[in-house]
Amino acid sequence: MQPIVRARHLQKHFPGFTAVKDVSFDIPRGQCFGFLGPNGAGKTTTLRMLLGLSPSTGGELTLFDLDIRSHARDIRRRIGVVPQQDNLDPDFTVRENLQIYASYFAIPASEVKSRITSLLEFAALSDRADAKTNHLSGGMQRRLTIARALINDPELVILDEPTTGLDPQARHVIWAKLNELRERGKTLILTSHYMEEAERLCDELVIMDHGEILDQGTPAELIRRHVEPEVIEIRGMLSDSREIEQLCRVEHIGRSHYCYTHNPRPLLDHLQHQHELVFLHRPAGLEDVFLNLTGRALRDI
Amino acid sequence: MSGMNWQLPLIRRGSLTIWRRNILVWRKLIGPAIVMNFGEPALYLLGLGFGLGFFIGEMANMPYLTFLASGIIASTAMTTASFEGMYSVYTRMVPQNTYEAILTTPLDIDDILAGEMLWCGTKSIFSGIAILLVATLLGAVHSWHALWTIPVVFLTGLCFAGPAIIMSALSPGYDFFNYYFVLAVTPMFIMCGVFYPISTLPEVMQSIVYILPLTHAVELTRPLIAGNPVENPLLHIGVLATYTLIGYYLAVVLTRKRLIV
Repeated sequence: MQPIVRARHLQKHFPGFTAVKDVSFDIPRGQCFGFLGPNGAGKTTTLRMLLGLSPSTGGELTLFDLDIRSHARDIRRRIGVVPQQDNLDPDFTVRENLQIYASYFAIPASEVKSRITSLLEFAALSDRADAKTNHLSGGMQRRLTIARALINDPELVILDEPTTGLDPQARHVIWAKLNELRERGKTLILTSHYMEEAERLCDELVIMDHGEILDQGTPAELIRRHVEPEVIEIRGMLSDSREIEQLCRVEHIGRSHYCYTHNPRPLLDHLQHQHELVFLHRPAGLEDVFLNLTGRALRDI
Repeated sequence: MSGMNWQLPLIRRGSLTIWRRNILVWRKLIGPAIVMNFGEPALYLLGLGFGLGFFIGEMANMPYLTFLASGIIASTAMTTASFEGMYSVYTRMVPQNTYEAILTTPLDIDDILAGEMLWCGTKSIFSGIAILLVATLLGAVHSWHALWTIPVVFLTGLCFAGPAIIMSALSPGYDFFNYYFVLAVTPMFIMCGVFYPISTLPEVMQSIVYILPLTHAVELTRPLIAGNPVENPLLHIGVLATYTLIGYYLAVVLTRKRLIV
């Protein structure tokens, strides 16, 4: 089947700064596809290019087999967008926000009413339909933004950090909603820097940094490819770090020590006798891959 | 300049949805809007028209109240469209991110700004009708031809909306608009024949003032209110329309530069 998005050597240069160096990817229909990367990796710029809101300075990009440069409007008609920061219309109520947004797509009035009823239900906002948007909690605003992104019944939904800034309860609700959308056959593209989110939602993902794709695959593939399957995290002063380093690969961050290994037994036996150390044994996850690929230095851009 | 998209804008039906959005918001705030529309011109006409008019009597062969009312109709169209094109448009463009949300739909900046300009013109009509009513009640209107000021006021609103939106596209914040008010709106208000005929100005200044759009708006509204024939109507309409088209085009190019990056 044709991919829904096809990017080849996509580039975005600003004067004195390159946001996207040279990225190529295919996004298959019906999947949830993730862009992971630290701040400033080029994720949001890539999403803006998908919408035609940031003209690329090189490469090719097609969505639904249409060239973004000549068909941006037709393409946007078939996409729903959940931006990084909610930009609901504060002059309107919940229901009016959906009505007004529907008018931008020229959706016939007869259809708008039934779509809004079902979207309010989907977003669990039916009883808040007449509330002003600035009276909603952060989680409700996010749900409304997602409902708004669905008003045109899009084939593709693009979500830029959909759960950043939400509390754990609200985040789990959003995850459930996104899974529901995927089950309905929508293609989802999301950016995130929450590895748990990516692991739960994404069928396939790319890890980006400094405007480049570092690797691409399913979460399991990436873990297999880049880190040892098991991790033992140790907290405290190590008196015998040399011995431990012989048993596994260790990364030291302050007083935390991350030991990656295929065979945790010897290290666990060794640690049994050191009562002053706290340690945690867990399977390796996407976060380990992410830190391994993008490094542990702080990103303050 | 590099990095600018100079492509000619296309105006499509989608721009009407932006106009409709604004009118729906306006309807919610109709109370304060009406007070503003009626209050300010009523103050000018009562205070200056009667107060100053008592000493002046006639100006350019008409009662001063009529002279002033016809000028105020044009200048209020200018200030209404300027305020809307700056404070309101900027609010939607930058802090409120309303345009960002609209740009992920099939609409473009071309549509958004065409809708905003139409809305500025519509708001100018509202304020124009309010002044017309007050002026009629005060006995300053002498002919049914005065109703022709309504399309004139619409065109005047369009003409001033463009430069105001250009300011929004360039503005780093609300304070920036003070420059435009002090350097453009207020000088036009004082010099373009609202309060006295421009023929009383020194000749050099007359030629400067004659390039400014408010002068041409006043040249249209004054005879219509006083019941006199309009001289050179096509010239005045042409000047206002030219400002409108150039203003719209530059506003689209500069807003693209700000938002499509």
